[in-house]
Amino acid sequence: MAGLTTALRLPGNPDTRYEASAATREKPWVKRLILGISLSFFALFLLLPLVAVFFEALRKGVDVYLAALTDPDALSAIRLTLLTAAIAVPLNLVFGIAAAWAITKFDFRGKHLLITFIDLPFSVSPVIAGLIYVLVFGAQGWFGPWLLAHDIKIIFAVPGIVLATVFVTFPFVARELIPLMQAQGREEEEAATVLGASGWRTFWNVTLPNIKWGLLYGVILCNARAMGEFGAVSVVSGHIRGLTNTMPLHVEILYNEYNFAAAFAVASLLAMLALVTLVVKTFIEWQAALNASAQSQKGQEE
Amino acid sequence: MRFARSYLIAAALAFSAATHATAETSLLNVSYDPTRELYQEFNAAFAKHWQAKTGEAVAFKQSHGGSGKQARAVIDGLQADVVTLALAYDIDALHDKAKLIPADWQKRLPHNSSPYTSTIVFLVRKGNPKAIKDWNDLVKPGVEIITPNPKTSGGARWNYLAAWGYALKQPGGNDAKAKAFVAQLYKNVKVLDSGARGSTTTFAERGIGDVLIAWENEAYLAVKELGPDKFEIVTPSLSILAEPPVAVVDKVVDKRGTRKVATAYLEYLYSPEGQELAGKHYYRPRDAQASAKYAKQFALVKLFTIDEVFGGWRKAQQTHFADGGVFDQISAR
Repeated sequence: MAGLTTALRLPGNPDTRYEASAATREKPWVKRLILGISLSFFALFLLLPLVAVFFEALRKGVDVYLAALTDPDALSAIRLTLLTAAIAVPLNLVFGIAAAWAITKFDFRGKHLLITFIDLPFSVSPVIAGLIYVLVFGAQGWFGPWLLAHDIKIIFAVPGIVLATVFVTFPFVARELIPLMQAQGREEEEAATVLGASGWRTFWNVTLPNIKWGLLYGVILCNARAMGEFGAVSVVSGHIRGLTNTMPLHVEILYNEYNFAAAFAVASLLAMLALVTLVVKTFIEWQAALNASAQSQKGQEE
Repeated sequence: MRFARSYLIAAALAFSAATHATAETSLLNVSYDPTRELYQEFNAAFAKHWQAKTGEAVAFKQSHGGSGKQARAVIDGLQADVVTLALAYDIDALHDKAKLIPADWQKRLPHNSSPYTSTIVFLVRKGNPKAIKDWNDLVKPGVEIITPNPKTSGGARWNYLAAWGYALKQPGGNDAKAKAFVAQLYKNVKVLDSGARGSTTTFAERGIGDVLIAWENEAYLAVKELGPDKFEIVTPSLSILAEPPVAVVDKVVDKRGTRKVATAYLEYLYSPEGQELAGKHYYRPRDAQASAKYAKQFALVKLFTIDEVFGGWRKAQQTHFADGGVFDQISAR
């Protein structure tokens, strides 16, 4: 009984509270076992492949590595990947904010249907996403003959790749914002409106500061997926070297050409993108946590 | 806002740079997997030849993948000036499904529009530990086979038909026995990749399986690229004469105004230099001189043609690879 009361009376962080008392603490071997399993799993399935990518990329020396990255086809793949992300991410940023706003601030029929549709790209295989666009814009598809007659290229060209990328990265921003904005409610915006602020002003000065970390987080994830997407892009690309090859597709081509050092060199760029994404993501989470605790302290003071 | 504007301008610039890279004449050659190395060299040779002959510069774009998949992409609008695919049926499809070329396309160039030929051989691990000598060794229990999927890969269809033809030509062979033989063979298949190159990588790089059924040129290339100390080529007693055909895509070249150069490009495949390059990349040249030069490179093998055993590609496709065809019946079991 005494042990329990002390445990309950222990101040501070609930995460460490149970660790402090022998009565509630796990046995050391259980702790070590669980820790060991998760760490070795992490090392084997995540760290090792990552190290292997860089090891293979640099195995034939830095010269080969740099030559692989400055090859005209590789450069064009990098350019196309950056371009695709530069178009897809802003589009999904605008869409994500609009969708999250509509869902959390307005009441309308079919709201749940809209939420379900936003999730569609998560549940559909990327290959299907690509095939949809082939069926719609392909030469045998609905708009194909018209597009061909007007000499507009969508499939097997840059627009198709952008479309497929937009499709698969569609939910990232909206999905990040909806729960956040739902939790924050509408009171602050309503107050701003009552005080006479315009719609834009409310958005810039009230909503955006509240959602900025969640928004950034969504954008980061969206960007990582946009640059790394393989399946959907593979279907609509046509695989023309130096023209419609993105980085992930270029990796596959190089690998298939027995050009392993070059394949891993380009893959290492994608791996670095993943690492940068992780670092930025951690930073954003940290900032958001700081932000939240500062706000709750402010709330307590008031 | 200023940031947003400069961002838009940068994106627009990058976009136009990406789409407007086609000032000089360019040809898109849509091909199948194992020809990457051949066309890389041949394109450079032709560009030089064309420049010397006409003074025009010509640039090439290549797209490679499983033959059936590539044909599908051209039908769906991939703007190929020429197609160089694994088998005639895939080019027939360009006529049947989209009327991109005339029905008699195969008569427009010599030798059934196939400037080079190949056949189907086995690639085994060094020392041939499972003692694979001929097709009947493949159906033995415990032999793991790597071959691509006949539904998507042209090479895989040649593999399948070569096995079928072998069984048919054994003493007392008939269609029922051939079907049983091929079914037995596909039971031993460990991985069914979508294209020939994928299968080679599975076998050679990932180290899966005892034997890879492959294009002869693909097998030679794998040995050369990945180490003669690791693999051996086994030529069976009997195999199929594989004729990978080429064609100009009429609808595309007429629209883009590239008919002349595209036609010259394919004709150049038949020239001494083209034939020489084909031999160098382990295709069997048609030209007598190049043939003689590279004769030592290839094992002597009895070859049958698809016309004499299967009555042509359309019929073979219909019987074996169409939905519900023999391959489906075999794999359903």
